[in-house]
Amino acid sequence: MEKQNDAVKGRPIVRYHKIAKVFGDQQVLTDIDLDIFPGEKVALIGPSGSGKTTLGRLLVTLERPTSGTIEVNGELLWHKSVNGQLLPADEKHLRRVRGQIGLVFQQFNLFPHMSILQNVMEAPVHVLGMSKGEAKEQATAMLNKVGLGHKLESYPRQLSGGQQQRVAIARALVMRPKVMVFDEVTSALDPEMVGEVLAVLKEIAAEGNMTMLLITHEMAFAREVADRVIFMDGKIVEQGSPNDIFVNPQNPRTNAFLSRFRQA
Amino acid sequence: MQPPFDILPALLRGVWVTLELTFAAACLAFVISFVVGFGRMSKHLPLKILAAAYTEFFRGTSLLVQLFWVYFVLPLLHVNLTALQSGILILGLHFGAYGSEVVRSAMMAIAVGQTEAGIVLNMKRSQIRWRIILPQAFMIMIPTFGNNLIELLKATALVSLITLKDLMFQGTMIQNTTMRTTETFGLVLMIYFCLAYPLTLGVRWIERRITVGRA
Repeated sequence: MEKQNDAVKGRPIVRYHKIAKVFGDQQVLTDIDLDIFPGEKVALIGPSGSGKTTLGRLLVTLERPTSGTIEVNGELLWHKSVNGQLLPADEKHLRRVRGQIGLVFQQFNLFPHMSILQNVMEAPVHVLGMSKGEAKEQATAMLNKVGLGHKLESYPRQLSGGQQQRVAIARALVMRPKVMVFDEVTSALDPEMVGEVLAVLKEIAAEGNMTMLLITHEMAFAREVADRVIFMDGKIVEQGSPNDIFVNPQNPRTNAFLSRFRQA
Repeated sequence: MQPPFDILPALLRGVWVTLELTFAAACLAFVISFVVGFGRMSKHLPLKILAAAYTEFFRGTSLLVQLFWVYFVLPLLHVNLTALQSGILILGLHFGAYGSEVVRSAMMAIAVGQTEAGIVLNMKRSQIRWRIILPQAFMIMIPTFGNNLIELLKATALVSLITLKDLMFQGTMIQNTTMRTTETFGLVLMIYFCLAYPLTLGVRWIERRITVGRA
């Protein structure tokens, strides 16, 4: 069943095990088992409300699983194992494990009271304890990489949506996470700005070593960048290589979902 | 000086007390606003209840009765405060209760996405509160704090009833001795306006600055 890209092997860097998530009386995720390997680019596709965003948010502790466990790099995220018993993890443990994960939001969520440079420097200085000089150097380098080196002193409101999202990507990357979650990062953008953000993502993907979980509605992008595509609808319906999913889907629900994009 | 301005020097002596009282009470109210406002948002339940009880008590009872209590009743319990101390204390506590609501609602008005961005960057809860939420919330607080400051200035007139020689007290004294009621209270009214109006203009100026920055 599990088709992995031949290049990715070894111990999974992220392991979802029997994950369920219930909001009120609505079961959003059911019995999710998913291993993601170092360097792998995994695209999560599926209809709205299929739980793909929730799956990403669980990994950065923005949501708490109703049941099941998540491991990051071999370590439990939400739990601590004490004498073989699983106990809820405290804030200190959460922060340590979560430090390996980065996430970019659909709505950017930049800090409006800080300049672009300050946005990107904030966490390196105050979370990693980096000196201001070094943080500035790294933040500037990262902003150059996303093509915004000339906007360092601007404030978020002075930038277009596409530019803001690129700042948000730089802000996440400067923390050097092992795994990056991109949560529908182009969905809030005007159509003409989608391209510039996808170009940045493709560049990051091409560097190879970053593990990426891409939650997206951009099918062409998923097909081009992903090693593995997962179609989900509350549970994992079908997964495989981009070719398997986009050309030759086995499950009728996958087919029905993709047919809407084929027509477009 | 020509009447009615011959009574002006005596009134101005009271202005100084009014300003002193306003300034000291405003400082106290500012600190209390944050301490109690944060208390109301605490995860610690007893602290939360205590802060809420404080706010509801001081909002829900008369300022004048509170002043009388501290100045006339506490001495019976062997707690003696001067009129000035009583005035500063009660005005500070009273307006601090209103201020705590300003702090709380402004902090809650900041989008949840800001907190989430802080969590994802692995910031501590306290860092998120102080470095992300508070600076943004403070911008929302400033106009309301400004209005409360104007209210506080005008409310200081009540302390004349606990023998503090503020502007209102001086006016009352002059009226009692000269019977020049209209001129005296006319001047008192104008002086209060001259004190409050610059504050109003200041608040408006700050408000404009903020909206320009935010838009």
